[in-house]
Parts: sequence; structure tokens; C-alpha cells
Amino acid sequence: MVNLALAWAEQYQKLHSEIRLSVTGGGSGTGIAALINHSVDIANASRQIKPEEIAAAKKNGVQPVEHVVARDAIAVIVNPHNPVNQLTLQQISDIYSGKTTNWAEVGGNNLVIVRLSRETNSGTHVYFLEQVLRLGQKDNKTLFAQDTLLLPSSEGITAEVSDNPHAIGYDGLGYITPDVKVVAVARDQASQYVLPSVESVNEFSYPIARDLYMYTIGEPTGAIRAYLEWIMTPEAQAITKTLGFVPIAIP
Amino acid sequence: METTLDWKETLITRMIRIAGYSAIIFVALIFIYLMREGLPALGEVPLSNLLSSRWYPIENYFGMLPLIGGTLLVTIGASLIAVPVGILTAVFIAEIAPQWAREILKPFVEILAGIPSVVLGFFGILILAPDLRRVLDLPTGLTALAGALLLAVTSLPTIVSISEDALYAVPKSFRDAAVALGVTRWQTIWYVTVPAARTGILTACMLGIGRTVGETMAVLMVTGNAAILPKGLADLFAPVRTMTATIAAEMGEVATGSVHYHVLFLIGIVLFVITLVVNLAAASVIFRQRKRAERILS
Repeated sequence: MVNLALAWAEQYQKLHSEIRLSVTGGGSGTGIAALINHSVDIANASRQIKPEEIAAAKKNGVQPVEHVVARDAIAVIVNPHNPVNQLTLQQISDIYSGKTTNWAEVGGNNLVIVRLSRETNSGTHVYFLEQVLRLGQKDNKTLFAQDTLLLPSSEGITAEVSDNPHAIGYDGLGYITPDVKVVAVARDQASQYVLPSVESVNEFSYPIARDLYMYTIGEPTGAIRAYLEWIMTPEAQAITKTLGFVPIAIP
Repeated sequence: METTLDWKETLITRMIRIAGYSAIIFVALIFIYLMREGLPALGEVPLSNLLSSRWYPIENYFGMLPLIGGTLLVTIGASLIAVPVGILTAVFIAEIAPQWAREILKPFVEILAGIPSVVLGFFGILILAPDLRRVLDLPTGLTALAGALLLAVTSLPTIVSISEDALYAVPKSFRDAAVALGVTRWQTIWYVTVPAARTGILTACMLGIGRTVGETMAVLMVTGNAAILPKGLADLFAPVRTMTATIAAEMGEVATGSVHYHVLFLIGIVLFVITLVVNLAAASVIFRQRKRAERILS
């Protein structure tokens, strides 16, 4: 999410040269802790604030206010020649943990599955591990199969999936190109299979999606308020798409 | 007049001396820094974890064996390709090729050395890996073999140009003597010239391999980076994760001073030791060669 925050800050400074914005990374927890200590005005977070963080904030006389600024969805992709069109979260988890090793087991051709993943330092990797491999369960300790290929770039994943009928991959929705096939995903066998799109993510029907937040101290005023209002404009939301995120539907 | 000249001369001598010593100082500083950042890992992570075969740092699995194995496999694979091809190319350029062919070949080998490894990596990911998968009927072309082929290309220029110099350095009298004995050209090359240049050729191979061990970008892009411990040469057809690729992929995001950070530096130390051993081996070969030359002259 730090890339998105940086891109927004950079663009906003071009429009309003009198405002100075500086963005630092370090993870959601770092940002929220800094907000509680009054050392920042806005904390970016790719997860919701925890109850214990709210308690700590209140103790420090801070009332954090939540703003959803963008959404993040992960698309699961396969080769266009792969007959598999839909998978449940459990099936994707079994494929990536190494329990399912052949496409025939999930309704495809008799081919060995080649698993592709982003590198471990990517936020997408961690989110996929927690929400898909471990199905969002806190005590689930499932790991990626050891022979999962870790590719350093989105281009690497797209190139291999578009060429290789064995491959399965995942990436931020905004990075998906037309030469791969996107799989419809269902939360479980009883639910509907949904293709990821700006609409399905904003309706919360696509299961591998999350909100991205900015937290402020109390209701924002002045320059901070103007900045957050700008983020909600179509111009700022268009930036989310170029970085692989999903813009929020503005009512 | 004389005093100013003296003053200038001392200054210049001093500067040259500082430049000379600075290389040693830089190496020493880098070594100290590596040790300071890497050795704490030995205290923070149990040895049984470091020597296990699972590498998944975000969950504190720090098994370095798959990474060391990956680097060794890719290096051995690259050497098996680059050493024979490189020596044969050098023999052809130095001994067989007519003048005009030599004038075309030499610059081309040197251009090969100038290709950035990122460009090779792109070539690997878009052309080499898909072709390998189709031709060899593998599940994926992103394998140790793809990395070995690209690294063979990067180490070829070193092997060819240094071997070629060694072949040129063989005195003409050796060849004349062979011809006088009625030996064919092929026999001259195989039994006289190449054996006479063998220490130089060995050095060339060592330096080429040294370059292979440390190469990063191309392997990061084409070997698939799956941390599986290779069991033998057959695993050339499977993905591997090398030490350099691991450092390059993970160092950018790691928190300074964390356990993961220290382990990455520990990998750096292992890599440093491996290249040091290869370079020392090459140096000892050169040293032995010099002593032999001195013996002949005396």
C-alpha cells in the first residue's frame, strides 16, 4: 500500500505545491502506532485497526477515524487453454499447499500443476497466504508447497501463465493482462462463483478482496480534509488502477 | 624550482599510494561489515533451523541448504556447458581460424561480455524458458537448466579470452618442433599447445566459474526461485533458488536488524567464502605456473 500512498502524495503535491506530504513505509502496524503517538497525521493501513490499538489510542487521547480509500483484490489466473473456469477457496488452498498436484483433480486436463507466486516480500503474497491458503483462519499454519515458484515480478507471472498450460498464478487485479484466463472464485461449495471486477469487488461478492484504509486523528480538518477529499475524486482513484488496486465506487 | 617539483612529486606519490591501499581497505571494511551484520544470525537462529531444508523467512524457516544447493547446481551446470565450449572456441580462434574469421569472432565474444544480465534474463524468461518446456516436455521451463544456460553465456567471454591469451603465450618453437616431427595439426593442438597452456586455461575456467557463482539478475528471473534442495544433476530440470537471487529478492523489504536481515547477511558470508575459495584456487594455479616458468628460465 506504500506505493499507492506515495503515488497519491506525489500527484497531490504537483497540484498543490504549497502542501508538503511525506510518506514512509514499514507496515500497517507501524503506521497506526505512529498515529497513536501523534507523530503522523495520517496512518495508511491495509487492514482494519485492532481493538487493542483503538484502546491504546484512547488512552493517549486519540480518537482514530477510519476512511476506506481504495480496495485490493487478488485474481487467480490460469493459461487460456486450461479448461478450468472456477475454483473454490478450499481448492485453491489445496493446490497451493501441495495437496492437489494435478489439474484433473479440479476438473482440468491430466497435467501436473505448476504453482506461481509473488515473492515473500510482496504484500500480495502475505495477503494470499492469510486469506486463501489459510482461509482466513488465525490458527491455520498451512504453508506454500516447497516447489512453488516465487517470481519477483508481475510480468514474470503473466509471461509464464500465458505460455504454460500447467501454470496457476495470482496477482493484484489491476496487473492482470488479457492474455491469461481469470478464474471465478467461490467462498465455499454452496456459494456462487464470482469473477473479480471493479463491480464485484465493490459489491463484496468476490471473496479475495480487502479494503485499504487511512486513519486520521478525529474527523480531519483543513489540509488533511482537503487531501482525503481529493483522494475520493475520480482522478485520484484512477491512480489505484495503475498500481494494481481497485478504485472504490463513488456514490 | 626544484623544491616545487619535489612537492608535486610527493603529493602524486602519496595519492597513488592511497589509491593502492584503498582497495585493501575497502575489501577489509566490506568483510568487517558482512561479519558484523551476518554473524549475529548464528546466535539468533538455532543451527538445526539454518541447516534444515525449508526456506520460508516470513514464518521463521531459515534453512539455507536449498539455497546453497541451488547455487552449486546452477554453477556446476553452467560450468559443464561453458568450460568445453569456451576452451574449444579459444582453440579455434587461436589455432585454427583464418585471420579474417579471427577478426570477426574476437569482437563478438567481447560484445557478449557487454550484454547486461537483465537483458539476458528477459531473453530467458520470454524465449528460453518456454522453448525449454516445449522441447524437453517439462512442467515448466523456469529451471536450474535455464539459469545454467544463461550463466554459461555470461562466463564464456572470460573463459574464451583468457584461454586464448594462454594459447598465444605458448612459444612458437613448441609448434615448430611438433611440425618438424611430422605431427598433424590436430595432434599438435591436442598434445602440445593445449597441454602447454593448461595452467592458463585452468585459470580462465576458475575466473569464469567465479563470475557464475555471484551472478544475480539472470538467475533471479529464470530459475523459478523455488527453495527445493537439489539431490543431483537430474534436478537441473527442476526449479531452484540460488543464494544471490534470495538476497536480491528479499533484502529490499527486510526490516534492518531483524533476524531475517542477519540471515541474509549470513548467506552473503557463505557466498563470499565460496567465491574466495574459487579465486584462491585460481591464484594458486597462477602462482605455481610462475614458479615453473622461473625454474625453466634459471
